[in-house]
Amino acid sequence: MNIERLVAMANDIAAFFAADPNPDAAAEQVANHLRRFWAPRMRDAIKRCLQQGGAGLSPLARRGIERL
Amino acid sequence: MYSIDHKDLGTPAAISNEPVTLDIDGSPVTVPAGTSIMRAAALAGTRIPKLCATDTLKAFGSCRLCLVEIEGRRGFPASCTTEVAPGMKVRTQSSRLLQLRRGVVELYVSDHPLDCATCPADGHCELQDAAAELGVEGSRYASGGATQRGALQDASNPYFAFNPDLCIVCSRCVRACDEVQGTLALTIEGRGFESRVSASQHESFVESECVSCGACVEACPTAALTEKSPLGLGAPTQAVTTTCGYCGVGCSLKAEVKDTKVVRMVPNRAGTANKGHACVKGRFAFGYATHPDRIRRPMIRQRITDPWREVSWEEAIGHAAAEFRRIQGKYGPDSVGGITSSRCTNEETFLVQKLVRAALGTNNVDTCARVCHSATGYGLKHTLGESAGTQAFTSVMQADVIVVIGANPTDGHPVFASQLKRRLRQGAKLIVIDPRAIDLVRSPHIEAVAHLQLRPGTNVAVINAFAHVVVTEGLASNAYAEARCEVDSYRQWKAFVADARYSPEATEEISGVPAALLRAAARIYAAGPNSAIYYGLGVTEHSQGTTMVMGIANLAMATGNLGREGVGVSPLRGQNNVQGSCDMGSFPHEFSGYRHVSDGATRGLFEAAWNVKLASEPGLRIPNMFEAALDGSFRGLYIQGEDFVQSDPNTNHVVAALSAMECVVVQDLFLVETARYAHIFLPGASFLEKDGTFTNAERRISRVRKVMEPLAGLADWEVTMQLAQALGYPMHYSHPSEIMDEIARLTPTFRGVTYDKLERLGSIQWPCNDAAPDGTPTMHVGSFVRGKGKFYLTEYVATSERSTSRFPLLLTTGRVLFQYNVGTQTRRTANLAWQAEDRLEIHPDDAEDRGIADGDWVGVSSRTGDTVLRAIVSRRMTPGVVYTTFHFPESGVNLVTTENSDWATNCPEYKVTAVNVVRVGQPEAWQARIRAERSAQRSPALR
Repeated sequence: MNIERLVAMANDIAAFFAADPNPDAAAEQVANHLRRFWAPRMRDAIKRCLQQGGAGLSPLARRGIERL
Repeated sequence: MYSIDHKDLGTPAAISNEPVTLDIDGSPVTVPAGTSIMRAAALAGTRIPKLCATDTLKAFGSCRLCLVEIEGRRGFPASCTTEVAPGMKVRTQSSRLLQLRRGVVELYVSDHPLDCATCPADGHCELQDAAAELGVEGSRYASGGATQRGALQDASNPYFAFNPDLCIVCSRCVRACDEVQGTLALTIEGRGFESRVSASQHESFVESECVSCGACVEACPTAALTEKSPLGLGAPTQAVTTTCGYCGVGCSLKAEVKDTKVVRMVPNRAGTANKGHACVKGRFAFGYATHPDRIRRPMIRQRITDPWREVSWEEAIGHAAAEFRRIQGKYGPDSVGGITSSRCTNEETFLVQKLVRAALGTNNVDTCARVCHSATGYGLKHTLGESAGTQAFTSVMQADVIVVIGANPTDGHPVFASQLKRRLRQGAKLIVIDPRAIDLVRSPHIEAVAHLQLRPGTNVAVINAFAHVVVTEGLASNAYAEARCEVDSYRQWKAFVADARYSPEATEEISGVPAALLRAAARIYAAGPNSAIYYGLGVTEHSQGTTMVMGIANLAMATGNLGREGVGVSPLRGQNNVQGSCDMGSFPHEFSGYRHVSDGATRGLFEAAWNVKLASEPGLRIPNMFEAALDGSFRGLYIQGEDFVQSDPNTNHVVAALSAMECVVVQDLFLVETARYAHIFLPGASFLEKDGTFTNAERRISRVRKVMEPLAGLADWEVTMQLAQALGYPMHYSHPSEIMDEIARLTPTFRGVTYDKLERLGSIQWPCNDAAPDGTPTMHVGSFVRGKGKFYLTEYVATSERSTSRFPLLLTTGRVLFQYNVGTQTRRTANLAWQAEDRLEIHPDDAEDRGIADGDWVGVSSRTGDTVLRAIVSRRMTPGVVYTTFHFPESGVNLVTTENSDWATNCPEYKVTAVNVVRVGQPEAWQARIRAERSAQRSPALR
């Protein structure tokens, strides 16, 4: 999977849930969205990206991916 | 001319529950109060002669042929304009009435040719009928149409002709244009014998404002307005009720057939979605079904550069199955997938997703709704609890305020637009939120009270500003929202939108919408009392498409505008079965009825029914499939009725992905653009060639009925069954009704749906189950489907696609009335007379800056690609924004659009692409290349 595209998509998801004033809840919603709508290979790729430094990921996207 | 099986009752039905009993010709008749004597008599089986009356139009009372006698009343009232009254005694036949009627008919005949034997009306002429019934064989006043004889005929419209010789100036055509279609393109000019029907201002029909809906032709009592198609085909002998295969309005049509040929389409008066109306596409543009370009034999080839080779169904399907199994063996079970089509029936989409999940063993299934209304499904499901619009179309007739956001109903959903315009002319207020000045903003007797001409990509800022006004000015319906919604989410949302950053004054800089105008519009919406929102792809096809859908739902909940007629949130669906394809479990994360694949109980239900273990993880969406193809992990795809290469954004990216696959199977009517990258082609069947159901934008399930045999021998559901069989997963259905029975068993919202019930009721709006055995016209009555409605915080996040010095304009795309989506069907009809190419609309200021004149070729470039189009200089556009359509493959419009997509659903951001536009001398090399390639790729039968 094109990791740059996945990073952009993860950041877009996080940008929506960032409106939640509860940071933990926001991160969980990001994670939940990824679980429910991303195919396993996409989740695996974004997790690998995070493990390798997560270049380009927003802070909330990172926190969401950490919960996967 | 009406449908061959229609019995005209003369005047429209009255809307009253109060019965009135009167006496007609000595027999008691009971009808609703407000019914005309003419209609009451017709309902009782007594036909009163008439010419200017018909039951789709308000009584006019001009022909004076329908005179009757009423005991106790002087004179001879017209039965069409006289309402029934309790105890009234009516005589419809007497010697005096006969004398009067004969006199009237003689006057009409005095200015009408008497060559009935050779008239194109072919026996379907109400004047001829009246003359015969009354024994009139000539006229004492003149002979044979002296004043109209020799008037120029107008055959400019490809579908119908106007012959003034045969016109009796009854005004039915003019009234049909006014009352049924709502375009007001026709008028009667002149006086007395000089009276003539005129389109616009002395223009030909094709050049006038006429939208060619055909309502005038249907209403014409003589052969003055005559369809061209029946000429030469002979009179139809049978009428088959079916459902239109074009837009999401889902008009009920009667296909009038002679032998196996469709002679004409006539809108069904009993059709609940369309109430006897149709548009130019539904009524006239069905010729594609028998176009010579149709592929009638399966074809295969080893490589996409090879020529096609015609083969048997058995060989093609066997080859496809073997290839999918080979790929899965080599790359794993999730290396293949399938695409269901919003143009196919519910039963067919259900079967394709079943094949993918059960036979291929993967959840890699998606549908073309991905690129249009996927954001609707997500947004409405999360806020209200169901992935569908909340209203029936008729609800609009109860609306006091109508907000149209990012939709152009007069082009995209014309039959609903006619109803909408009728309500607006009755006085409902209209608010339009759209970068373009769509026709609704200002048209005859309609003017929007507010047109919020926002910058593309700023929808969420605008809807939040609406909400800000509602909340901060105390216009919210707190009691409703707190009773029906999650209170915490409501209060949190109120605080969120009340923030100063969402005041209209603050958002004006973002959206370009003047604060005062937005405040006025928000106040009008909140005041209602019945405020309804209708929206289209201008809402969903954005990087914040889902956020905007949620914002709309939030606003409707906060103002109490859900759960009754006249209000609601109504997505106007693009294709005929977008709603249905979504309902049927076409998305990779959910089964039919929008239940997630990770839900063990639901999955267990399907596993038991299908006798197979099913995957519990979501599969790939269409754009994800492309990415996976490019990384080598996705190698095979079964595509039923979708043309990615033309419809999906960033064409070069799509082509690269398809080219990387080892087995692409395309099932379609024609060699569409995507077929250029296919290895196997399976001929599809048009909606005329199969049985099934479509579900329209108001959740209405309607029957599609076969009127001719599939040209290639198999309906699409039969092809899918054969493919499943070849994959080792036999399916056993002898008729689509059995597939619907399975859908009903497995899908709670369809539990009560059967073909028998559809036959009985005509159509059914889901949910249809024990709680609502006849269906559900209005959703969320009393409570929301999810229990308590939930408000979501809809922060505005600017799209990354912004105008720059290199790409200073914003491109937005859409469609026009005469063409449909990628044009596969309408490009193969006479609709080309109105639009034969995609054009770029540009504001005069932007055009002048670039030296562009109307009709010039202009180069359009973005960060993803370039193309060339002809320009239309138009004040419909706002400066800085350009617009085009994507109906013609040689336009290559999606070469320019980008990979940006909605955060929740990956619905592409078609509505915002930063572009540069320059005047150029000639069409792009791309267009020359595509023409050459298409020619080289023709099927053996077409070479």
